[in-house]
Amino acid sequence: MPDLPILDLTLAAALLFTGWRTLAAPDLFKAVVLFIVFGLFMALAWARLEAPDIALAEAAIGAGLTGALLLDALGHLRARRHGRSLQDPQP
Amino acid sequence: MNALLRGCTVLACLGLGLGLAWSMLELPPAPIQMPGLVASHMDQSGVDHPVTAVLLNFRGYDTLLEVAVLLLALLGMLAAGTTPLHASSFKEAPMLTALARALTPIAVLVAGYLLWAGAFKPGGAFQAAAVLAGAAVLLRIAGLLPSWTTPADGLRLALAAGLLVFLGVAASGLALGGLLAYPPEWAGTLILLIETSLTVSLALILAGLFLAGPDSRPPEEQS
Repeated sequence: MPDLPILDLTLAAALLFTGWRTLAAPDLFKAVVLFIVFGLFMALAWARLEAPDIALAEAAIGAGLTGALLLDALGHLRARRHGRSLQDPQP
Repeated sequence: MNALLRGCTVLACLGLGLGLAWSMLELPPAPIQMPGLVASHMDQSGVDHPVTAVLLNFRGYDTLLEVAVLLLALLGMLAAGTTPLHASSFKEAPMLTALARALTPIAVLVAGYLLWAGAFKPGGAFQAAAVLAGAAVLLRIAGLLPSWTTPADGLRLALAAGLLVFLGVAASGLALGGLLAYPPEWAGTLILLIETSLTVSLALILAGLFLAGPDSRPPEEQS
């Protein structure tokens, strides 16, 4: 049996799966969390492709900061929906 | 009917995806061997890491314009005004506050390391700035850092410093032969200067995207 790149195959499958779930999730909060998870998998994929520069940038900007901004935006949306009081940005 | 439409959409997307994949495989090999070209000019770049050499020396234009775009995005956001609902009402959370206090010095250390490491291995201004901005976001969520709407003078200068220094270096290259042409013996120092100012400015810009909002605290506390 030939050497299967199991890690890479799992990574690719996880990327496709989280990507699909991100787009298909009906709950916005879930979608944002999945997007962050997708970003982390993407960073791993870049690292596997021997592009550590992009992996670093993806983990820090793509998953971290964009995730924080999206959660912030979600908090705004919820606050607007529930009137003026912003109790908690997350449910 | 709906299911049929969906099926057709999925089929069309599959077809497009397969077509794109096939055309990627059919692409002729690139006429210029970029890696070889970069590797043969590394000794003129002033740094030892090819990615940094490309980003800040050989293709400095791209980075310069990227920084300008980021600054413009923040300015546009500030000009458009922030939603009044952005409450400074994140809950008091002792654990979060303690975590933010503990992690921020480490984040600053990591950012400094990334900035320095950019010259010879993966790292650089953007990554360092993102780590710093992440620390700022954490501090904001923990309620340790106020948000700001109208940046004070010092903050304005710091926001623009990266782009200004980059533009200054790029323009002074004009006298020596061309825009963004660094003399090889100075290249390392100039790149470090640009990257340092870029780190500060980019960190503030990225953090500003999150921090911008009405502030309840007096302006002298803003940083």
